[in-house]
Amino acid sequence: MAQASGGAARPVLEVEGITKAFPGVVANDDVSLTLNQGEIHCLLGENGAGKSTLVNMVFGLYRPDQGTIKVRGEEVHFEDSGDAIARGIGMVHQHFQLIPVFTVAENIILGNEVTKGAFLDLDSARRQIDSLAERYGLAVDPDATVGELSVGEQQRVELVKALFRDADILILDEPTAVLTPGEVDDFFGVVESLTGQGKSIIFITHKLREVLAVADRITVLRAGRVVGTATAEGATQQSLANLMVGRDVVFRVDKGEADPGAPVLRTQGLRVADDRGVETVTGFDVEVRAGEIFGIAGVEGNGQRELVEAVCGMRPTAGGRVEMLGQETTDWSPRKITELGVAHVPENRSKHGVVAQYTIADNLVLNRYHHRKFSQRGVRNTAAINAEAQELVEQFDVRTPGVDAVIDTLSGGNQQKVIVARELTGDIKALVVAQPTRGLDVGSIEFIHRKIIELRDQGVAVLLVSAELDEILSLSDRIGVLYRGRLAGTVNAADATREELGLLMATGSSEGQR
Amino acid sequence: MTTVEHAAGASGASGRVGLDRQSITGLVFGLLGIALLAGVAPAISGSGRRFNFEPPPDPAGIGFHPPTWVIAIGVLFLLTAVLGFAPPEARRWASPARLLSALAVIPLLLVLSLALSDNPSTNIVNLFNESLVLATPLALGATTGLWCERSGIINIGIEGTMLAGAGIGYMTYATIGDAQSTGWLWFSILISVLAGGLVAALLAVLSIRFGVNQIVGGVVINLFALGLTGFLRSEVIVKTGITTGVGTSEFGLPLLSEIPVIGDQLFRGKPIYWMMYLVVIGTWLVMFRTPWGLRVRSCGENPHAAETLGVNVVRIRYQSVILGGLIAGLAGAWFSMESQTRFEDNMTNAAGFIALAALIFGKWTPWGAFGGALLFGFSRALGTRLQFLGVEVSGFEIPSEFLQALPFVVTLVVVAGAVGRSIPPAAAGQPFQRSK
Repeated sequence: MAQASGGAARPVLEVEGITKAFPGVVANDDVSLTLNQGEIHCLLGENGAGKSTLVNMVFGLYRPDQGTIKVRGEEVHFEDSGDAIARGIGMVHQHFQLIPVFTVAENIILGNEVTKGAFLDLDSARRQIDSLAERYGLAVDPDATVGELSVGEQQRVELVKALFRDADILILDEPTAVLTPGEVDDFFGVVESLTGQGKSIIFITHKLREVLAVADRITVLRAGRVVGTATAEGATQQSLANLMVGRDVVFRVDKGEADPGAPVLRTQGLRVADDRGVETVTGFDVEVRAGEIFGIAGVEGNGQRELVEAVCGMRPTAGGRVEMLGQETTDWSPRKITELGVAHVPENRSKHGVVAQYTIADNLVLNRYHHRKFSQRGVRNTAAINAEAQELVEQFDVRTPGVDAVIDTLSGGNQQKVIVARELTGDIKALVVAQPTRGLDVGSIEFIHRKIIELRDQGVAVLLVSAELDEILSLSDRIGVLYRGRLAGTVNAADATREELGLLMATGSSEGQR
Repeated sequence: MTTVEHAAGASGASGRVGLDRQSITGLVFGLLGIALLAGVAPAISGSGRRFNFEPPPDPAGIGFHPPTWVIAIGVLFLLTAVLGFAPPEARRWASPARLLSALAVIPLLLVLSLALSDNPSTNIVNLFNESLVLATPLALGATTGLWCERSGIINIGIEGTMLAGAGIGYMTYATIGDAQSTGWLWFSILISVLAGGLVAALLAVLSIRFGVNQIVGGVVINLFALGLTGFLRSEVIVKTGITTGVGTSEFGLPLLSEIPVIGDQLFRGKPIYWMMYLVVIGTWLVMFRTPWGLRVRSCGENPHAAETLGVNVVRIRYQSVILGGLIAGLAGAWFSMESQTRFEDNMTNAAGFIALAALIFGKWTPWGAFGGALLFGFSRALGTRLQFLGVEVSGFEIPSEFLQALPFVVTLVVVAGAVGRSIPPAAAGQPFQRSK
């Protein structure tokens, strides 16, 4: 790979010809990459492209089958991550590696403890953490219990943890996947202040907008191989997406005019409480008609979760009513609502969407296993289930070794396709879908969006809840903004602008507040 | 639409119904309080009851009036009950009140048993000391469990580890020291400790190296130890003919044992008993104040996070489990060379399992575990005491088996209500696979 930024660049990390195979897959095939002092190098690729495998080798968690890794010109062979840490490499994992019951300080010093004699010296650890926090603008409270912190705060703890070990090469594995849009902006600020102080960063992501916002250089991986490198100036979202997926990607969702019919889903004065008993849905009225997509935008935590769960029967209502297909369905059981022809793609994929340890086939019939087709007199008809599963796997392009594979072994995108396949099959009249493409790669997003549009065109009423404003704008026919548990405003998607919606989301009013 | 997990809805609903743990505990205390005030206090005799502080003859002590005590405790219970249903702003007093009420059960049991007995007095300092002594193997066993579970290995083989320590230690003492020599006694206690470490090492290899289910591994250890020690007893100890001998002897702590009245009863004891305190204090210091202790706890909570920080999870788990085994071996020596000087089949008699209960009561902390052990030690001591006192209710003598079990039942119920939910280390029981 060529040096992009000319003679002044000083490589701090050079990966050359790395190959790593796991049973059945070659995760990395002859991958090379150079990270220069003070740069942000984005590693871009779809889920399963081998990004995490690569950086886990750089961090000493995996050992490469072939190839070399050089840190500041010197070849290294890491036995464990302790060796990598000793060479100044720090990593923030996609799934935080924190201990929830420990304090921030305990989490940070673990493995690298500050001692006075034989004992821990938490006082001086606290001072060191405070000074790091101040230097890099990463506010953390050393005495807080990590489990009680927000996701954004936990991420700062992870960063301080790496800096505490004097890391000057930082690997950030999908750091923005868990953050809200506001937190993402703060995070970019932190990243720039880090490189400003001489740190070098490998930034893993599959969000193109972010890549173009922060990257100095970009390496694109596909199926374990490097398929291209670019500088941020020379790249566009389109060019990167095509490289990532290996074909032309359509960003615009093609859809015709909606042809709305009779009202299918209606709520009146709906009120719902969250787990703590606080009412987060506070009088929500909506009417979704057949053949239209009603998008609900809003900053997360404004009652989206409780609203969806109440409509689908998973959470008791505190007041108001829900009607579907002309019947009152308030506080019906999920099974009864399902049988009415209402599909639900839940926000929390692993908790409410699949049974992680079940096979793909069993997951595909979770909502229909008791129907005559799949079970007779209390005995499951495995042949029918497998035949159905086989058909759905092909129809929905689920990439899997077979329908009897445990679903937990699939990537997030493929799990989501299984859920969508299950929910969209059968005689569907309404679809409630929450964060349908969270954490998915470009190819899967495109596929799922197309399916939702198809359903609308068949006359299904769709209630779409998403934190991605782009998703709301490109799919919806009408858009409502949820603010503090009620609709702050409804606009036609054709007339909606990002600015107007952003204002509604932030203040609950289109005039804004001075 | 599919709901894989209905818990979200269920938890939302439980907020509406008021019958949570607190309310149920409040209700129980309320009923107990009413029973004490209306039923018990008027029915028991009042005069001449005494708590003594030293053995007869002519012991120092205080007299007390049982109905007054019963009424006081009954009022406390009622208050606790009322606070359980009080408006939210008063609820912060509810939790200390529950704890106080739970603790009040101990004097209540004492007062009631004396009031219902023919014997008007009993020595309570001595009762307290017996509780501490009987808590020794339980506290040691709970500490064993603490080390194992905090590092992520569930050890239900504590019972077997203790038994092996007891049996192998006494066998050594009988064969090479004729169960008479002090020098060999200490050597044999050391052998007990090492035997415990060895048995624990077996559990460690099974569960860490081979990833055997840890519960199954523990059961295997228990059965193995029972068989092994039974064999040793019949083939080795019985053949020497030395079925008993000289065990460890009591000594008083300097200065403290000179305190009048209570000093000689509370601050005299045998060596393993004193070592128990050192083990508990040492465990607390090492586990919560040293780098190694921090690493042990991290392995029990999130071993993968520990691994990413360069902590050698496998080594830490081996070390912790074996350290725990050494402590269980010491507890074994208490049975066969301190409490008694003999070895009998199954002599530990489920102490290892009670130790686990103490650990859970104590919420996986050293002092909590010690408190749990003390509670069970007290239950056992009181049960024995009640037998001697002979408790009668309206002319009917309560069977001694029931009296022995009663304190356990009462403490279990009350503590379950007052202590509440106890959360184990997150990774306890999960095998750990190093990344490749």
